[in-house]
Amino acid sequence: MNAIEKEAPERDEIEELLPWHAAGTLSRRDAQRVEDALARDPELARRYTQVREELTETIHLNETLGAPSSRAMENLFAKIDAEPARTGAASRRSGVGFSGFLSGLTPRTLAWAASAAVLAILLQAGFITGVLLQQNPVGYQTASAPSTAPGVGAFTLIRFAPQASVDDINKFLQANKLSIVAGPIPGGVYKVKVADRALAKPAMSALVNKLGHDKVVGFIVTAQ
Amino acid sequence: MQTTTDEALIARIAGGDRLAMQVLFARHHVRVYRFVLRLVRNEATAEDLISDVFLDIWRQAGKFEGRSAVTTWMLGIARFKALSALRRRQEDELDDETAERIEDQSDDPETALSKKDTGAVLRECLTKLTAEHREVIDLVYYHEKSVEEVAEITGIPAATVKTRMFYARKKLSELLKQQGVERGWP
Repeated sequence: MNAIEKEAPERDEIEELLPWHAAGTLSRRDAQRVEDALARDPELARRYTQVREELTETIHLNETLGAPSSRAMENLFAKIDAEPARTGAASRRSGVGFSGFLSGLTPRTLAWAASAAVLAILLQAGFITGVLLQQNPVGYQTASAPSTAPGVGAFTLIRFAPQASVDDINKFLQANKLSIVAGPIPGGVYKVKVADRALAKPAMSALVNKLGHDKVVGFIVTAQ
Repeated sequence: MQTTTDEALIARIAGGDRLAMQVLFARHHVRVYRFVLRLVRNEATAEDLISDVFLDIWRQAGKFEGRSAVTTWMLGIARFKALSALRRRQEDELDDETAERIEDQSDDPETALSKKDTGAVLRECLTKLTAEHREVIDLVYYHEKSVEEVAEITGIPAATVKTRMFYARKKLSELLKQQGVERGWP
């Protein structure tokens, strides 16, 4: 058996992995195996080029399929509204006390509940601290210092684009002198301060319009 | 910036949170629709099916144990719904014979190639694969699913997933060859 015949099974195995390598879904170990094989086997590298073409055109094909109409969502929520209310679990638990309630939860739900509780405590602590600091500012303040009270200024609600990286968002915030003051609220929306003083409606609209054109912004509206 | 994980949304949905359901739907309905559409090949049916898929998610959210990604779970439900709809419709998917009939009706390879670029021919050939082959190619290339995740969605062993993908690609090369695109493989 010559060297090529010996390598054949491994080559077949590697070739089967090429589609996942192109899609970036292999484990680090398998990806390294494929990379090593591609570096030493020109024929395999040629076939990998074909795999990449297939991947590109599959994405292209799927992206041209369009999207469903709003009817799909309307139908879904009409069906959800027609579902019986989820009171069974709650009423069953209400009669057995807090320990019974806890024991009725799955470990996963319990873990989520615990995380939510910790988050709520931290938020509450942060809020209380914020209120105390606001009432009793530390350090000194000159009479002419600008107001930094959290409620003063102009604000927007922004949901960032899903593909925006943290780095992109940081650059966007810095470039436009913005600061996140709250969030995320459900739906991934943040309250963002866009000016230290309240802006007139036309100026605010223009600013919202300008910020809305940035690729990192999914949607933006004026906030109170 | 994706701030609420799919798993957290499912937990909220399990508690009856409609807003979480809206967010999950907004996040994933287009991809689920495209996956279903590629299987059933009918836009109205695909649209009806995604309502059913997300209704199942609403109903079963409390049973989701997080052993797999939410998208893998969703695509598994979507696949089941699509195949059930196909069975109900009693329409055979495009098999090799049908594909050949379509090819016979098309331009000869040289004319076809002169009309379109190779990418367009490749996309056309992708639509002529069997449902089984289209499915595995879409899951790997478009839905970015690993070998194990495809196995979970389709209910076949991981080794079979790799073999199925290999034969799907081989069939694609054969279809391309018939269209005048020679890839030198298989």
